[in-house]
Amino acid sequence: MAQITLENLAHSYSAHPKSDSDYALKEMTHVWQDGGAYALLGSSGCGKTTLLNIISGLLRPSQGRILFGDRDVTDAPTTERNIAQVFQFPVVYDTMSVRDNLAFPLRNRGMDAAYIKTRVDQIARMIGMEAMLSRKAQGLTADAKQKISLGRGMVREDVNAILFDEPLTVIDPHMKWELRTQLKQLHRQFGHTMIYVTHDQTEALTFADKVVVMYDGRVVQMGTPEELFETPAHTFVGYFIGSPGMNFIDAKIDGHRAMLIGGTQVDLGAHYGTLAGRTRIGIRPEHVVLSDQGLPVTIRRIEDVGRHRILRAELSGTPFNIVLPEDAPPPGPSPRVAFLPGKIGVYADDWRVAPQAVERAA
Amino acid sequence: MQKIQNNKAWFLVLPVLALVAFSAVIPLMTVVNYAFNDTFGNNEFFWAGLEWFDEMIHSSRLHGALGRQILFSAIVLAIEVPLGIFVALNMPKKGFWSSLVLVVMALPLLIPFNVVGTIWQIFGRVDIGLLGHTLEALGLDYNYVNDPIDAWATVIVMDVWHWTSLVALLCYAGLQSIPQAYYQAARIDQASRWAVFRYIELPKMKGVLLIAVLLRFMDSFMIYTEPFVLTGGGPGNATTFLSIDLVKMAVGQFDLGPAAAFSLMYFLVILLVSWVFYTVMTSMDKAEAAQ
Repeated sequence: MAQITLENLAHSYSAHPKSDSDYALKEMTHVWQDGGAYALLGSSGCGKTTLLNIISGLLRPSQGRILFGDRDVTDAPTTERNIAQVFQFPVVYDTMSVRDNLAFPLRNRGMDAAYIKTRVDQIARMIGMEAMLSRKAQGLTADAKQKISLGRGMVREDVNAILFDEPLTVIDPHMKWELRTQLKQLHRQFGHTMIYVTHDQTEALTFADKVVVMYDGRVVQMGTPEELFETPAHTFVGYFIGSPGMNFIDAKIDGHRAMLIGGTQVDLGAHYGTLAGRTRIGIRPEHVVLSDQGLPVTIRRIEDVGRHRILRAELSGTPFNIVLPEDAPPPGPSPRVAFLPGKIGVYADDWRVAPQAVERAA
Repeated sequence: MQKIQNNKAWFLVLPVLALVAFSAVIPLMTVVNYAFNDTFGNNEFFWAGLEWFDEMIHSSRLHGALGRQILFSAIVLAIEVPLGIFVALNMPKKGFWSSLVLVVMALPLLIPFNVVGTIWQIFGRVDIGLLGHTLEALGLDYNYVNDPIDAWATVIVMDVWHWTSLVALLCYAGLQSIPQAYYQAARIDQASRWAVFRYIELPKMKGVLLIAVLLRFMDSFMIYTEPFVLTGGGPGNATTFLSIDLVKMAVGQFDLGPAAAFSLMYFLVILLVSWVFYTVMTSMDKAEAAQ
């Protein structure tokens, strides 16, 4: 097991990349701590799978280096890296029995037969397929096949890391939850570095200690689920994490005030100086309250999602969401909203700006 | 729910039935007629019963042709199937080269059979043929006109040249349907090249391989044109396969009765072998799926 370092790594699928947009992965330097449980989150096509395939050695990066511990493995084949990877769609060896499928990676490494048997039984118990061990893998349901794929990924104990590429896409919701719990348990038990690719934020947030959010070939933020929620570093993180995502409103930033379209002002509670580029303020729907004074909003629709209600509204022409606790009174005929102090983020050209100095509350 | 019977559909099949009747059923029945009668000029027919069949079953000439036919089909299958798989595995998977290779591979399949025979007939000639002349220049005593072994070798190489493409193209289609993730997973699992072939590629090719073997068996068992043009069945009877013998008997000697009996048995043998082959393969599939 080792710490995995990506050094000035970038990848392009075209042989002669000309511009930035030719790169599936933009240049990045990133460290995966040994034994960490990471989720790699991002929308489809943002480079998650590319990054994973580079780590496992299925793909050679166009530039940069990959280090396992201190060893440079950029040119090392998959075999030498000793990495397990589970793919999005089930890969099983149809003509083999379930047992042989699970034993395959161990046999290829010339493990001892008795050890293989114990280990396969153990994994079969974990994925709940003990009863089917002697069956042919052909003709099993997609669920069962993906469980075998997962099992094959976990069967080797000495791997440097286990990479999961959206492994639960084809599995039904109940089983999904169960398998995720087992993966988590496995991580605690063996301490493998795990990188879990997904575009489902719930999956990412429940599985990982650290969530890495990717957008357009870049890692835009790495942090705990709480950090991603409270202080998104990029507007994409704001949109992507949370349901509904963060509200962003165009505003001119001047010192500690934000000037909205229409002239209303919002106190930011901190000093930002003057910012160039497209500036916006961001506020989570959970951090907005209905109040007597504040900004006027127009309510378009109210959605009751059980634990709370979501008000779909508009604030000076832009869509604006508000989360109301279930027991809160419904909004009046001309509702106004206020933002919880200290929860407003300021963004210039999509990136979060840190305040210059926090002003003391009067 | 009661299924509604609508027999009108049968009327739509009628034209095809009529066509097939004229092109296949009626000629076949004529052959049946010849097989059970002794014919003379002026269309005189005398009932012969199973006499022709009896004669043919005990004919050593037919036994010889059948033996050569079985040997030929066996050799051709034993070479073309593994070679076709090997070629398919090594064909480029995408890009310009894959299109080019596909076109080149398809060429032998597009050449009319008698042209294939003529090409090899000239190619193998010692006086003017590139192959024959080169072999002779190398000091080899090669002459497909006189030497039965050389004749056999030439006929087999010709068939391999003509038909391996078919096996390769079918296998190639099977290979193309394997998702990339399978190969990636195999690399992660440290599977050897042999294991990738045995557990990923071969199972995916099984369906098309079945079709390839069946087609190659039937075609090679009925082979006529190419060896007829190349060797005319000689030297002696060395390359006289069933079809060639049949034509000699029917058109050369005009022994219509025995030739008709021969055709019917020939037809039934091919039908039977193909059926057995197909049934065994499909039931293997079913047994696997039911496990």
